[in-house]
Parts: sequence; structure tokens; C-alpha cells
Amino acid sequence: MQITVTVNGEQHTRDVEPRLLLVHFLRNELGLTGTHWGCDTSNCGVCTVTLDGVPVKSCTVLAVMADGKSVGTVEGLEGPAGLDPVQQGFVQCHGLQCGFCTPGMMITARALLDSNPNPSEQEIREAISGQLCRCTGYENIVRSVRWAAEHQTKEAAEA
Amino acid sequence: MQVPAAFEYAKATSVGQTLELLAKWGEDARVIAGGHSLIPMMKLRLARPTALIDINDVAELAYIRVEGAELRIGALTRHADLLDSPLVEEHYRIFADAERVIADPLVRNRGTVGGSLCQADPAEDLSAAFAAVDASVVIQGARGSRTVSLSEFHVGPYETVVEPGELLTEIRVPIRPGGGSAYLKVERRVGDWAVAAAGAAVWLDQDLIRSAGIGLAAVGAEHFRAAEAEAFLAGKPATEETFAEAGRIAAENTNPVADQRGPVDYKRHLAGELTVRALRAATARARGQEA
Amino acid sequence: MTVTENPTPMGFGRMHRKEDARFVRGKGNYVDDIQLPGMLHGSFLRSPYAHAKILSIDTSAAEALPGVRAVITGAVLETLKLAWMPTLSYDTQAVLATDKVRFQNQEVAFVVADNHYIARDALELIEVEYEPLPVVADAKQALAPGAPVIRDDKEGKTDNHIFDWSAGDKEKTEAVFADSEVVVVEDVLYPRVHPSPLETCGAVADFDKVSGKLTIYSTTQAPHAHRTVYALVAGLPEHKIRVVSPDIGGGFGGKVGIYPGYVLAIVGSIVTGKPVKWMEDRNEHLTATAFARDYHMRGEIAATKDGKIRALRVNVLADHGAFNGTAQPTKFPAGFFHIFTGSYDLEAASCDVTGVYTNKAPGGVAYACSFRITEAVYLVERMIDVLAFELKMDPAELRMKNLLKPEQFPYTTPTGWEYDSGDYPKALRLAMDMVGYEKLRQEQAEKRERGEYMGIGLSFFTEGVGAGPRKHMDILGLGMADGAELRVHPTGKAVLRLSVQTQGQGHETTFAQIVAEELGISPDDIEVVHGDTDQTPFGLGTYGSRSTPVSGAATAIVARKVRDRARIVASAMLEVSPDDLDWEKGRFFVKGDPDQGKTIQEIAMAAHSSLELPEGVEGHLDATTVYNPPNLTYPFGAYICVVDVDPATGQVKVRRFIAVDDCGVRINPMIVEGQVHGGLADGIGMALMQLMAFDEDGNHLGASLMDYLLPTALECPSWELGETVTPSPHHPIGAKGVGESATVGSPAAVVNAVLDALKPFGVRHADMPLTPSNVWRAAQGRPIRTDIAIS
Repeated sequence: MQITVTVNGEQHTRDVEPRLLLVHFLRNELGLTGTHWGCDTSNCGVCTVTLDGVPVKSCTVLAVMADGKSVGTVEGLEGPAGLDPVQQGFVQCHGLQCGFCTPGMMITARALLDSNPNPSEQEIREAISGQLCRCTGYENIVRSVRWAAEHQTKEAAEA
Repeated sequence: MQVPAAFEYAKATSVGQTLELLAKWGEDARVIAGGHSLIPMMKLRLARPTALIDINDVAELAYIRVEGAELRIGALTRHADLLDSPLVEEHYRIFADAERVIADPLVRNRGTVGGSLCQADPAEDLSAAFAAVDASVVIQGARGSRTVSLSEFHVGPYETVVEPGELLTEIRVPIRPGGGSAYLKVERRVGDWAVAAAGAAVWLDQDLIRSAGIGLAAVGAEHFRAAEAEAFLAGKPATEETFAEAGRIAAENTNPVADQRGPVDYKRHLAGELTVRALRAATARARGQEA
Repeated sequence: MTVTENPTPMGFGRMHRKEDARFVRGKGNYVDDIQLPGMLHGSFLRSPYAHAKILSIDTSAAEALPGVRAVITGAVLETLKLAWMPTLSYDTQAVLATDKVRFQNQEVAFVVADNHYIARDALELIEVEYEPLPVVADAKQALAPGAPVIRDDKEGKTDNHIFDWSAGDKEKTEAVFADSEVVVVEDVLYPRVHPSPLETCGAVADFDKVSGKLTIYSTTQAPHAHRTVYALVAGLPEHKIRVVSPDIGGGFGGKVGIYPGYVLAIVGSIVTGKPVKWMEDRNEHLTATAFARDYHMRGEIAATKDGKIRALRVNVLADHGAFNGTAQPTKFPAGFFHIFTGSYDLEAASCDVTGVYTNKAPGGVAYACSFRITEAVYLVERMIDVLAFELKMDPAELRMKNLLKPEQFPYTTPTGWEYDSGDYPKALRLAMDMVGYEKLRQEQAEKRERGEYMGIGLSFFTEGVGAGPRKHMDILGLGMADGAELRVHPTGKAVLRLSVQTQGQGHETTFAQIVAEELGISPDDIEVVHGDTDQTPFGLGTYGSRSTPVSGAATAIVARKVRDRARIVASAMLEVSPDDLDWEKGRFFVKGDPDQGKTIQEIAMAAHSSLELPEGVEGHLDATTVYNPPNLTYPFGAYICVVDVDPATGQVKVRRFIAVDDCGVRINPMIVEGQVHGGLADGIGMALMQLMAFDEDGNHLGASLMDYLLPTALECPSWELGETVTPSPHHPIGAKGVGESATVGSPAAVVNAVLDALKPFGVRHADMPLTPSNVWRAAQGRPIRTDIAIS
């Protein structure tokens, strides 16, 4: 069936099977391979994207469910002015090693900061508790999000 | 990644349309809301519905409100919304306690209260939490709607009284002033199903327990309820000795199964231990003390 | 907006990573991201049984499904002599089952289809008739008389025995034990676990019929070794094979071996004439790729009653699964397990290891084990605490009393290891100071009075990494020496080509920093090329923390060779003798006349110009080297974990974790710390929740991430790190390697902490994972056996 999904602000119309998972739609139909998949049981969270602004596991959403809705992926984080503070934070604070969980972590971090601009370490850990990382031991991910929180305010202040 | 077998699909925008589609497609069609129980099962090909009716846009089912002396929760309420609802927190703190330990924040953004109750996993925390507060559910079908007490809602593991062609639309919780409620869960790791969990709601008359509700998850308690322990508690003084006895009775009336989460003796012990702690916390809250 | 907070150091130092630019934009290039024109998708049908004869396979319905291009069975592979392949341990492994299946989820058939969804649909249409056979699911039963013989494919095989291996001096050890005041015995299990990186294994194979060239993109930590093995096994000429390891989403040792999926992707491509992609799902990954550990150990420790440890003896039953696929140097079937004497001064030690087959997946050496050093460290650190329990001695005091002293280095252990350098008491003292050890013991005593239980657990480890000297170490006959090539372009930018392959360790940054340190070319001006066998020198790959010790050394040496050539070129430019030049980073200058100098960039241009060079000196500015390490390097560390335990529920909360690491010279401290953080999380995972158990039918009980539990951000505390720096005396830059240290050292610290909390209940030992049920049962005096189904 035909669906139209707005991804990172751009509309895409495609003909898909109802069983096509949103993560596969993004990766294979649209070539946006920044969103990954890592398990079969909705546990790992490397597939995290936003659906109408809310972070969700795209391996557990059918593409057809996103018809008429808007999806945000890692490819949409960088704006015309450059990297999002979250992306900058991950670089500054060594928040990634193999990079496989990183897109999902950044999507969740971005959504968290949008609703809670100054989260505590505990709040950050809770926000990412549905997403696994095998490389970093989470410490630098938390620091990266804190960096983004602090530098967002600075930028807003400087703007 | 594993992927589902093929199926037909339609998006419904009203309850009426949903019921029509269910009737049209028959027994092997399923309603899908958050999909975080159904889609994983379909990917593993353990569930093979021939058609899915997507009710995510049935806005009329997403609400939390008070009507008369009842808290009414639309079946499409997301776990995240139940967790964050000030209205729910005001009347029953058991739900925030439970939601905080259900799955993870991302799953809670999609999963729904109605979906979880209908999935009827024997370890479902909301089943225990709603049981503790004497909830009932509204089921709609072609022949109209019916209200079923939660104590009669579950037939067995993964089985409820919702018939093919019917839709769970609302959960109702009686509001009784002066109570306190709490939920505690032991899990092997954040987000896991409970090894055992207990929720309690307590109403006091001075130092006596006027009534109490106890819900248990993952330990094979009938209808997720520690009915015998509840009966024992009525009229008893709200003391540690009473709680201990209630815990003992609750544990005695469980039927846990050994699995990788734990052996039978441990689960039974936990049922008792967590009942005691839930009663203690609920009572403290009923007394206006922070728990 | 550019990221400007970290200035780029000219050499060692904290520096943000060059590779991050693509990862934070979602522009990583992992195997599943690869799309080639006309690419098909392959998928395995796997056995539901752990042990069964295959009576028949009917693929006709699957072949008829629209979109299916080929269905390959073991019978087909047999005609190509590819049904079996060699393992890294000189055993054989079925690529597709022929006679029978030997572990649950073993590969039985391979479907190639237009897309992944159709391939999955086709699997359901293949009909296999099995005759179930009795199962060996318990390693302890593998050698029981009458046990079903798993490897009846091997001529004359009548049991499940693989090998016996010993190390140390058995007689001397026995004598010391006989003579000792205190002897304590404990059975210690290191259960089966799995590295489970977030990216599963996969490959895209593309065989070009016209040129005869095979290109295979795969998740491999050892691309060159794979190329050679494909050449030997598949009979394809090695110069016509290109193995490309693109970005890898974590390896941890699980991506070292060759899996049937890679072979079938190649066969599929040859058969269909199109590129074929195979990406396994998580269930397949957990059940059929290299597991780790599964060592049933009996430890015996002999000491004086004052706590001077005299000897250590270990007996190990090693569960290798259905095929012996462990990846370790040939001469060491139990890897480096014989480093189990740990960090202590002992009179004698000996060990015996028996390897057995069971109806489980092959593997064993994986998951940052440094070739079984995780098992060895866990064993000795548990035995120390068991001894402390019996002697009623503080575990820190017992360790301090027995740690090797700095003046004893270089130290040869009773089992033949030559530790290079270390100040162990200093590291332990630092960790104790960081955690506030004495105050914590006070707090523990006070809490015990109130019926609250906290625990403090220690772990002191010595690792041996950077395999290894050619004469002792090879894998499948390939010596473990690695190459490096460095070229400086005319405009002074450089390209370094390495044989190792990063899976997240930051090689594109750290190796550039090594060159920068030697040559004074900015890391931003150095491109690090790795992972493509067409573009890089031969080497044995990245695992066992060997990148820095081996390739890091090769890099320093090749950069020094370039610098030596640069000196000659500079001397020609300045018209002085090479001995009249001094070097400061980035520049040669005339001794006593510093204004008279040439930068490395000027030298690079001159080396490519018409400048006349002395007789016998070649132009350009490049060099190659192959580094054969003279010895392993020996990083070490002192870890302390603090936990709070609720014995009534069995729940454990990790309050704090202090890690003091000594990995010699640190190239990039930011990256070192990241490596340590990651390994510490592994410790929590293995100590408290990770487990692959099997029921008596050989059903795998950890086959998804719902059952194989990995730690999240909520189980991990905020890690507290410290460091000491004891350079390796034989390494060109004094670095030792750190990738696996934290995974090696941390599980014991967590386990020791939990059991320390349970001491008032009389608990001396309980096995990992210490899940709530196991903690509760241990406190009751009835710990659970964790490697089998809970009943």
C-alpha cells in the first residue's frame, strides 16, 4: 500500500508491504542507514527514531503506522548552522566508540533536552535505560548529554 | 532481524470502524495499538494474524479523566501518559510506581494500557496494579458494551474474556478517599519482566485497616489478586505483625513456576516479602507520610 | 559550528576522535549498510534440536517461492568439498549439517532470495526430518561412560574428549601443598557468556566471474587471516581475494573466526553470479557464534596460617561446544590460562585443563578474554577471597601481603610467564585511597549491626597481551607478527596503513597520534588506512588487546624508519653530515645553530624532488616494517567495587566502582578511559546478570536479549578511574595495551563485593551470575547451579 512519511522534514511516498518495519523503510527504501537494528525483541534500542517528536523503537513500528506522520532520524540532527549540540557533545566527551548505538542515543538525548533542558545524571540514565551500549559503559554518554545541556544554554545565551 | 509474515492491514479512526473491520476480517484478525507485545511475537512468527487493524489513531480512546467517583482511563492511553498523569498520581500512586518499572521509556512511549491488559502476560505489572484497586474494564462489541471486573477479566495466561470482534475501550478505577497505594517489583535487570511484584492499596480507619487490595504479578496468583490476604486484613490493626501475616497468606496462595528468573521457593518468598513492603508503603502513604 | 574545545596535540594526549565525524552524522559504513547492484539476501534454516540425525531435507517448496534464487544444503556443499571447514583450533566445523546436527540452531540450509523478507518466508517452506538423539548438555557428563558421542564424524572417535593440557610443576606444587598449614579448595564456575556486540555478524560477498576476483565485506577483526583461510579452504587464489572490514559495530573477540554465513555468502555469490548479503539476527548471533568462557574450575590454594600464599593448583573442565573453534595461538589449547598465578609471589603452581565436546555452539575464546586470562584472573581473585574468608583476614591485607614487589621485576612466574614491569602495591594502595577503604570497612561494620548489608570487593589483575613472538605464537600456522606502512606525501601529509582492524577502539586517531609523536606531523594530517586487505599489510588482526602492543610498536618503528630517512634528506638539504643534526618534533636542525633547520614538510617535498641524495639512499619518504614482538606486555590494575545488598530480595545495587589501571604509556588518555569504562560494565553484566544456560535437552536459555541480559545505564555507577604508569621496557613507546583489562579484572571485584556483603550469612562462594534469586539462595546456604536450567 502507498504511504507518505515525512522524514527529517522531507516527504517521501512509497509503495510498501504492511509488514515492512519502519527501520527497514528508513534504511532500505530511503537509504538512511544511520538508524540501525540490533535485536529481534525490542530490547537494544539502536533503532531509535522520533515519531511525531516522540522517541520510539523503529523496529517495533510498522512503516504503515507512520503514514501521514513525521519521523526524525540521526541524519536530521545536523542543521544548516552545523552539528546539533548533542552531536558536538558526543564528540567532545568521547560518547561513542563503535558508533552503533550512537544515533539512537543522540535521538533520545535530543528529545530529553527538548523537554528537560537541564537533566540530572540520574534522569539521563533513566532516559537511555531502554538502549544498550557495549563499548562505553555509559559514563561518557551521560557526560556528552550534560555537555550538550550546558552548551545549549550558552549558545542560546550568546544568540 | 527477524521479520513478520505477510498480513492485511487497515487503519481505523473510530471505535465503530474498528468493530466493523474486526467483523469483516474475522477471528484471525487482531487489533494493534502500541504493538510492543504483538510485533515482536509476529517477528518471531509465534503470532500470525492474517490482518491487523491499527487503532493508534482512534483518538477517542486516549484520555484520562474523572467521572463521578471513578478514574476512567481510555484503553489507548500510553504507558508514558499514565506514568506522567498528575490526575492519576493524585488518586493512586500505585500506577506511577508500576509504570516506572514497566519496560523502558521508549517502549512506554508506544505501549498502551489496554494493549498490556489484553496481552495478559502472567507477569504484567498493570494487571496486578489494577487488581489491587478493584478496577473494572469496559468491552465493546457489535452487540453493545459490557463492564467486567478485573477479577474476572483474565481467563489464563495470555487469555482474557475479550471475544473475537470485541474491543477493550476503557479501564475504570473506583476512587475512594483516604487511601494510600504502592507498587514494588523485583527484576533481574531494569526493564525485565518481574521475578515477582506486589501492589497494595490500603484504606484506614484510624489505626485499623478498613480494607486493602493486593495485586501480585508473575507468581501465579489467581486473577493477579491476593484475595485471601485481603480478606484477612479487613479490620485488623495496621501493624508490622499484621503485614507479616498477610504476606504469609499471600505467599501461600501463589503458584509460581520455576524458570530462569528463579526457583519456586524464592518466588513464593518474594511474593510474601513484597506484599509486606507494599502494605507498609501504602499504609504510610494513607497516613500522609512519605513512603 | 565546528568543535573546537580540544586542540589537537602533536602526539600523545587527549584528543577527540577523527572518526567521530562520520558516526555522529549517521554516516558510518557498517556491513548491513552496504548495497551493491543486484544484491541478493541469504538466510539460514537452523536446527531446533541440539543433537539429531538428519533423515531428509526437502527444499522444493522453498525453491518454488517467487523471489528465491537458490537453496543450498549440506549435500550441495559436499559436492564442492565445502560442507566442512577447518577451525582456528585445527578441528573441523560443519558449514551446513550433513549427517546430523550437533547444537541447537546449527546451520542446516541456506536460502538466497531477492530480499530479506522473502528469504525468511522461504525458510518456513523447507521441510527437514530429524531423528532426535540423546543430548550432552552438561559438560560434567561429557566424559561419563556411555555418553553419546558427538563427533562421530571423526574417524575412530569414541568419546567427547578433545585435549588435556598442563602447565607448571605438578610435583613441586604437590610437595608444597603437602607441607602447607592451610589448604582451601573451591569449585568456581565461569559460566558461558557471549560478547554480544550491538552489530551482529554478516557479510556481503561479491564474486566477479569475469575477473575471478572475490570481494567480501564482512564483520571481521582479522581480515588478512580470513583471506588466507578462504584461499586455503575454498581453493581461490589469494591474490584474487579482497576482504574488507568496513566499520564494525563492536567485536570483542566474537568477530575473529570464520562463520558458516561468510562461506555461504561466498558460495551464494558464486552460484547466483550476484552479490549476496548475509546478516544474522540476534537470536542466531547469541546461539551460533563464538560464546565465551564456560570453564568449570576447581581451585586449591595453599598458605601459611598468617596468610602467606605458597601455591595454587587448578583443575579445569573446559566446555568447547560441538566443534573446537577456540581462537588462540596453536601451542596453547587453553589459551593463556596458565597465567592464573596472577599478581602474587608463589613458590609453586600447576594446572590441568581438559577440553570436552558438548551439544552447544562452538567458541570459547571471545569477549575480551585475552585468551582465557579472564578465567585465570577470576579464579585467582576468587581464591584469594576464599582464603581470606577461611583465615578471617581482610582481603586487601591478604593481597598486599602477597603481591609481587617492584624489585622482583622482570618476574618469571611458576608457569613460565615473564612479567615485564609493574608496581603492584602502589596501584592497590591508590585504589584503596580513592575508595576510602578503611572508612568503608567502618561503615560496613556499623551497617551490619543494623541488619544492613554492604560489600567491598577487590580484584587485582595482571594481563598478558600483545600476542606474540613468532616462535611461540601462531594461529593456524600464521605467525602473530604485524606490518605497518607509512608514506609521507610531497606536501607533508601522511598515510599509515595498518594490519589491525578497529571495532571502536579509535585507531584512526590513536595511530595517527603515534606517528605525530615520532614525526611531528599533526594527527589531522595523517590518514590511517585499515580493514581492506588490498590496501594494508599482512597481520593477524585485532583481539587480545594486541593493537597497541604489536601494531602500535610497528607504527612507532616505521615512523622512526621514516625519520631516519628524513634525517639523511635533511642533511643533504642543509649540506651537513646526518650526525650534525638534532631533532625536535617536526624538524631537524643543525647542532648549535637551531635557525638552520628543515621541517618534516620541507623534507618530504625535497625527498620527492630532484635533490641529490647520497649513494645508496632511496628517494621519497616512506617505509614498511613487520614487527615481531619479543614478549607480551603486562598491563595490570587494582579494582574495588562497593555494593549494597538486600538479602531479603537478593537485589544488588552497585554503589561505586574504582578502577586503577596501569597500561604503560597512554597514547590518548581519553580513549584509554573509554576502554576501561566499557570493560567495567562487562564486569557488572557478567557478575550479576549475563548467562547462557542450557536445559537437559540442550535448549539454549539465553537466546534473545530478553533472556541474555546486558547491563543498562541504570545498573552502572559513575566509574571512578585512577592510573599508574609503568612503561613496558621492551615496547618502543612503552605502551602496554588496555582494551580488555577492565573486562578481565572487573567481574571478580563485583562478585567479591556481593559475597563480602553476604559474609555474615556464612557464604564463602556462589557462582556468577549473582542474580537476585541466586543471592537470596546463597544467603540461605543453597546457592543455585547457574549453568543449567533452574528447577
